[in-house]
Amino acid sequence: MVERYDAVVVGAGGAGLMAALQLAGHGQVAVLSKLYPTRSHTGAAQGGIGAALGNMEEDHWEWHMFDTVKGSDYLADQDAVEILCREAIETVYDLEHWGLPFSRTPDGRIAQRPFGGHTKEFGKAPVRRSCYAADRTGHMILQTCYQQCIKHEVHFYNEYHVLDLLIEDGRCAGVVGLCLATGEIHTFPAKAVLFATGGCGKMYRVTSNALSLTGDGMAVVYRRGVPLEDMEFFQFHPTGIYKMGILLSEAARGEGAVLRNKLNERFMERYAPTMLDLAPRDMVSRAIYQEIREGRGIDGKNYVYLDMTHLGKEVLDKKLPDITEFVRTYLGIDPLTQPVPIQPTAHYAMGGIPTDVEGRVVIDEKNTPLPGLYAAGEVACVSVHGANRLGTNSLVDILVFGRRSGRHALKFVQENDWVHLPANADERARAMVSQVLNSTGKERAADIRDALQDEMMDKASVFRDAQGLTAVREKLGELRDRYRKVKAEDRGARYNTELLEVIELGCLLDLADVLVDSALARQESRGGHFREDFPKRDDANWLKHTLAYQSPKGIELKYKPVTITKFQPMERKY
Amino acid sequence: MQVTLRIKRFNPEKDKEAWWGEYKIEAEPTDRLLDALNHVKWYLDGTLTYRRSCAHGICGSDAMQINGSNHLACKLLLKDLGQRITIEPLPGYTVIKDLLVDMDTFLAKYRSVKPYLITHTPEPEKERLQSPGEREKFDDTTKCILCGACTSGCPSFWADGDYVGPAAIVNAHRFLFDSRDDGGEDRMEILNTLDGVWRCRTIFNCVEACPRGINVTRAIGEVKKALLYRKI
Repeated sequence: MVERYDAVVVGAGGAGLMAALQLAGHGQVAVLSKLYPTRSHTGAAQGGIGAALGNMEEDHWEWHMFDTVKGSDYLADQDAVEILCREAIETVYDLEHWGLPFSRTPDGRIAQRPFGGHTKEFGKAPVRRSCYAADRTGHMILQTCYQQCIKHEVHFYNEYHVLDLLIEDGRCAGVVGLCLATGEIHTFPAKAVLFATGGCGKMYRVTSNALSLTGDGMAVVYRRGVPLEDMEFFQFHPTGIYKMGILLSEAARGEGAVLRNKLNERFMERYAPTMLDLAPRDMVSRAIYQEIREGRGIDGKNYVYLDMTHLGKEVLDKKLPDITEFVRTYLGIDPLTQPVPIQPTAHYAMGGIPTDVEGRVVIDEKNTPLPGLYAAGEVACVSVHGANRLGTNSLVDILVFGRRSGRHALKFVQENDWVHLPANADERARAMVSQVLNSTGKERAADIRDALQDEMMDKASVFRDAQGLTAVREKLGELRDRYRKVKAEDRGARYNTELLEVIELGCLLDLADVLVDSALARQESRGGHFREDFPKRDDANWLKHTLAYQSPKGIELKYKPVTITKFQPMERKY
Repeated sequence: MQVTLRIKRFNPEKDKEAWWGEYKIEAEPTDRLLDALNHVKWYLDGTLTYRRSCAHGICGSDAMQINGSNHLACKLLLKDLGQRITIEPLPGYTVIKDLLVDMDTFLAKYRSVKPYLITHTPEPEKERLQSPGEREKFDDTTKCILCGACTSGCPSFWADGDYVGPAAIVNAHRFLFDSRDDGGEDRMEILNTLDGVWRCRTIFNCVEACPRGINVTRAIGEVKKALLYRKI
């Protein structure tokens, strides 16, 4: 089936919905989503959206910008960060005007709380910048944006899975998707395509990410020659429920919760004397791993405690109700009276599809846009987060750049025509599906995925070195061979979720390759990428972004400069 | 522990009727039921089909009938379910395949109550003010994740498929009691009908089913009261 639109948005989380709202009513727009929109992972975000409203104390977007740049270990492009922090303010007010039920101060304004890495006066002390709705801020944002889409009658293709990107004559020409309900392949010719498909945490064993986060959008564009930027930078959030990876928001530490080792010590005093437990996530995760390595994990095991016992019932009930429930449901303990076992969990991809500040996908070191192709949200790399993202900044990112890219895509479709597509445009997508359905191989996807997740968790997570990364690279080669012989028991057309999982596994394998190669090449430590064999940051050689291209000879790596405007790189201490 | 899952299966491309499949697995007592389903799909029978995503009770994808009542599969631990567990799709909705049901009809009812902020006053430059007390009035109903457990578990809905259902009323309540909303009249028209709030018989199945702990019946009651007092 062929359905032509002016613009197609792939992904219906915060970024996708925001982009769709810019386009709706001004042209023919469709949103493709592998899930019903309110199932998107934006809904799992908890702690808050960062904006310098100054409702609780003095605050300025310049301070927010400094915190973000320093938090990024100076890899973020500062022109983009300035836009992020300036536009955060109007974005939060827009959300409130749309009805988002923020928690309120006694005088009725949007309530704000402290969060990791957010400071006043360029690093002096923590500042209350995170605008929150209890600990369900992401849920509220997703619901509010979806409500607006209902109001503006945005057209959704629910449970459509993107398989391929179409490029003709160097221009974006549309996408090809699989309708899960029927098993049919649909071609969507479009003048503009906007990817907002989120991250890829499922390449790791312990992750906060949903099962659906398999990096489909990243893989699809990568396979068509678009590079992926800074993939080696993956954030491990310090406080995931032990073994399960379920996120316990940084907001807990914002409300005063403390990390403790087996000696009941507040060990962050040794690692970050000023910000303590509210130091940036990469630093806290490394601190936890270090404590465990040195035998100070609880019972000598591989976890530490998040202690909320001194926060009181009022705070837990009113400000942290959801995470209190997670702890009670999944661990069977009461955070009011017992400390909670936690360990770092794979959380966020700082890297992704490279874009400029308008959301246009750029495909080389000179930032040349590929006309008609856009990306926003976690899938994109603008780069606003550089080597490490501050908490609350992702919710800002998806909305600010979801809006900007949607607006620019609208301008583009008003000024451009469709590109002619050949008759066999869906060929590659059909082949991919057919290969799985007709496979005579005997490999189980789950076995390959288990091996991938264990290997990545073991050797390509918080601490890395050349030996480990090389071992992963070899293992990935093995897994790729096994993947060619993967079989699916379900050969049906309707709701073949097994076929889907096989396709998703293929995406994860491609992305793991890119991450490992990029990490092996970067011989320094910066933000979320820590090399035990190169433990220092090396600005002289490595203050640059990685671009990874798929090529017949393997992965080709190039580099592009970082845009520095207001803040010169300094030592990153908290 | 060893667990036997009795799962209702139905493949529209092969089966004339639903049938029961039995799967014995080794699992930890602290595993989620979703973990057990995943184990069956990934290692025993790849054709088992169900929706899932976040695996921690936030997205609402995996609502299903477990041991006779509606829950999210990812919020139940095996140790609380016993060694023989019966799993079926949500009742009241058309079964498409195995544990996957039609959700479009449910979402259409949700859309029918105009679930978005309606204001008649100009937008201020900053935020509209709202006191913590005003915010508290609709806090419960902001939590809805549209999982469908309440509506599909409601006997009044089973009896009358045109009933707008608990979830739609919860989402209307969220706006009706939001001090910033001016759309009361618009929504009251839809809710003040036989298939609106008046179909509710205060059976309370919805309260039991809601994985977010929303007091659905109370919310429906508050909407009924608001309708009554406006009329009087």
